[in-house]
Amino acid sequence: MKVCVLAEVAHHRILPVTYELLTRALGLASPGEIGALVVSGGVPEEEYEKLGAAGADEIIAYEAPWLERFRPEPYTAALQAMVAEFKPEIVLGGATSTGRTWLPYAAMKMHTGLTADCTELSIEEGSGLLLQTRPAIGGNIMATIKTPHHRPQMATIRPRSTRPATPQAGRRGRLHRREALPAWQQSGLTELSFTPIDETQELSSAERVVVVGRGIKKPENLGMVRELAQLLGAAIGATREVVDRGWLPYSCQIGLSGRTITPELYVGVGVSGAIQHLAGMQTSKRIVAVNTDSEAQIFSLADVGIVGDLLEVVPALNARLRAGGAL
Amino acid sequence: MRLAVLIKQVPDTRSVQMDETTGTVVRKSSDAILNPLDAYALRAALLVKDAAPGSTVTALSMGPASAEKALREVLALGADDAVLVCDRACAGSDTWATAVVLSAALQKHGPFDLVVTGERATDGDTGQVGPEVAARLNLSLATFVDEVSVNEEGLEVERKVETGLERWRLRLPALISVTKAIGEIGLPTLAGKMAARRREIPITTAADLGLDPATIGLKGSPTRVVKIFYPTLARKGRQYRVVDEASLADSVEAMAKYMAEVSAV
Ligand SMILES: Cc1cc2nc3c(=O)[nH]c(=O)nc-3n(C[C@H](O)[C@H](O)[C@H](O)COP(=O)(O)OP(=O)(O)OC[C@H]3O[C@@H](n4cnc5c(N)ncnc54)[C@H](O)[C@@H]3O)c2cc1C
Ligand SMILES: Cc1cc2nc3c(=O)[nH]c(=O)nc-3n(C[C@H](O)[C@H](O)[C@H](O)COP(=O)(O)OP(=O)(O)OC[C@H]3O[C@@H](n4cnc5c(N)ncnc54)[C@H](O)[C@@H]3O)c2cc1C
Repeated sequence: MKVCVLAEVAHHRILPVTYELLTRALGLASPGEIGALVVSGGVPEEEYEKLGAAGADEIIAYEAPWLERFRPEPYTAALQAMVAEFKPEIVLGGATSTGRTWLPYAAMKMHTGLTADCTELSIEEGSGLLLQTRPAIGGNIMATIKTPHHRPQMATIRPRSTRPATPQAGRRGRLHRREALPAWQQSGLTELSFTPIDETQELSSAERVVVVGRGIKKPENLGMVRELAQLLGAAIGATREVVDRGWLPYSCQIGLSGRTITPELYVGVGVSGAIQHLAGMQTSKRIVAVNTDSEAQIFSLADVGIVGDLLEVVPALNARLRAGGAL
Repeated sequence: MRLAVLIKQVPDTRSVQMDETTGTVVRKSSDAILNPLDAYALRAALLVKDAAPGSTVTALSMGPASAEKALREVLALGADDAVLVCDRACAGSDTWATAVVLSAALQKHGPFDLVVTGERATDGDTGQVGPEVAARLNLSLATFVDEVSVNEEGLEVERKVETGLERWRLRLPALISVTKAIGEIGLPTLAGKMAARRREIPITTAADLGLDPATIGLKGSPTRVVKIFYPTLARKGRQYRVVDEASLADSVEAMAKYMAEVSAV
């Protein structure tokens, strides 16, 4: 096996981040060389079929009620067992709260290298090694990293930095059910409670997002931005400047130290486009911006930009959108 | 309880320089600061200390001699003592090798009941060191902790993940990495600063820790940085300028049309 992706599961469904990892795997390996490890409290058979149709040739499944929620020790035991049996050269996980805990824990146990939060992957010509590129130092630089001698080569991949793989008609994977050993239940963690929240997902998966920056000047001006978002059917995001001032909650923060979004449409108003902010939105499909400064960095990414005062432009745009009917 | 806080000194991100051939950070001690996220780690440890009287908090760092400055800062903020692991043999360590060194230091200066780390360091930005130390020392591990408390049964933590809010009980010894939600630590008192200045910070070397130089530093690191570059951005779009009523209307018209087009697909 060349590449194995680590699936993430919630509410008995395989999460989209898993399909994004499959897109990465398909870019690195040929059909027949791709695996997916699914550790869970149990998922319906169709979920495995869908994974196979989207590109996983071998699906290795561990199911047990006590695997429902991620804990480092049992999940790592499963990963190690999979690696021992299928010997993948490369293991990819999501740079999610689970992936960023599971993979480093496992990398130490397996004595191998791990590259964090990658946004680009490729195979080096000649050596066949995995080249892993990631932003570091607050997004100021990009570093390409490899793991020359240790196996597997491991990386966590920034969520929503690529499109999820879609199921192909006629494509199928082989399901390998494996037993989760009772000894793996030994863990230092006992679950006390779990309260599901969807609110945070909303922004990350929104098709349109209006992001407000410090150019809004004061929270009283947020009303016009909320109206714009409503007219567009968009979620609201913010830069750190806005969050730090308490004008919008941290859950809205887009960027290096907030969330990453990949909407169809990103609308930035009064956002300068600092590199740390771009880290969380530059893979948006279309980008438009309003800013008084024609040299603002956000314009270097924008498909359409208006150089003007948002306090003037946004109300005019709202009026125009209202007049133009629903989009 | 004996508590340890892992402290990293980082370059001030506003003045970072990279050596493009080795892919390592060029450090000027003058603009190095305490990793801002490690202040939350200290705060979490102090919260636990308050709840478990008689506890001590040891700050531990691996870094150049100048990292002493970051340790003095946390001493001023309330840590009881500090240890610096400083050895040329540690230079160039990736997260795996860093975790090997820190684990050895925790064993030598421990045993500790609880190790607290920041969510990540603002330079390397991986957040991997904490989980790797936990794996090395077989500590119970919880990351992204935004609330911590102690009671008769052990440690209780809350962590916010993408799908919900989790509460866990951790068996000790444990390692947690904490987020900003832990709360601000405040500023050091003058008395704290004065006392911290006079404190002796023992230096530990790789040899003291019984570490084979081949397993640490650049040599012992499974990963290699092969290239460093600066992200490039390409201008590609149309720009409209608002100078008067007419240009405002034109700009808005163009923007609205574009939005309608995009939304149709
Ligand atoms: C380690 C680290 C992590 C970070 N993480 C993040 C992160 O996750 N997310 C994030 O966003 N930032 C992050 N930052 C901060 C980042 O560097 C910037 O400071 C921030 O993104 C700037 O926000 P802004 O664009 O709202 O503000 P500013 O940079 O101040 O820009 C305001 C913009 O509004 C424009 N403007 C002013 N008035 C008007 C008006 N009337 N009409 C139209 N435009 C107007 C100005 O021309 C300017 O371009 C991080 C920084 C560091 C060091
Ligand atoms: C551009 C660049 C990219 C890099 N990418 C990777 C990579 O993908 N994978 C990899 O393995 N290495 C990588 N490294 C190397 C890595 O930065 C170093 O190993 C560093 O010593 C620790 O990693 P970190 O800065 O990411 O710390 P993090 O893992 O982000 O730090 C988390 C916490 O661990 C504690 N901690 C971390 N370092 C120390 C220390 N020296 N002393 C005490 N406590 C500490 C602190 O509490 C900190 O808050 C990279 C280095 C550079 C310059």
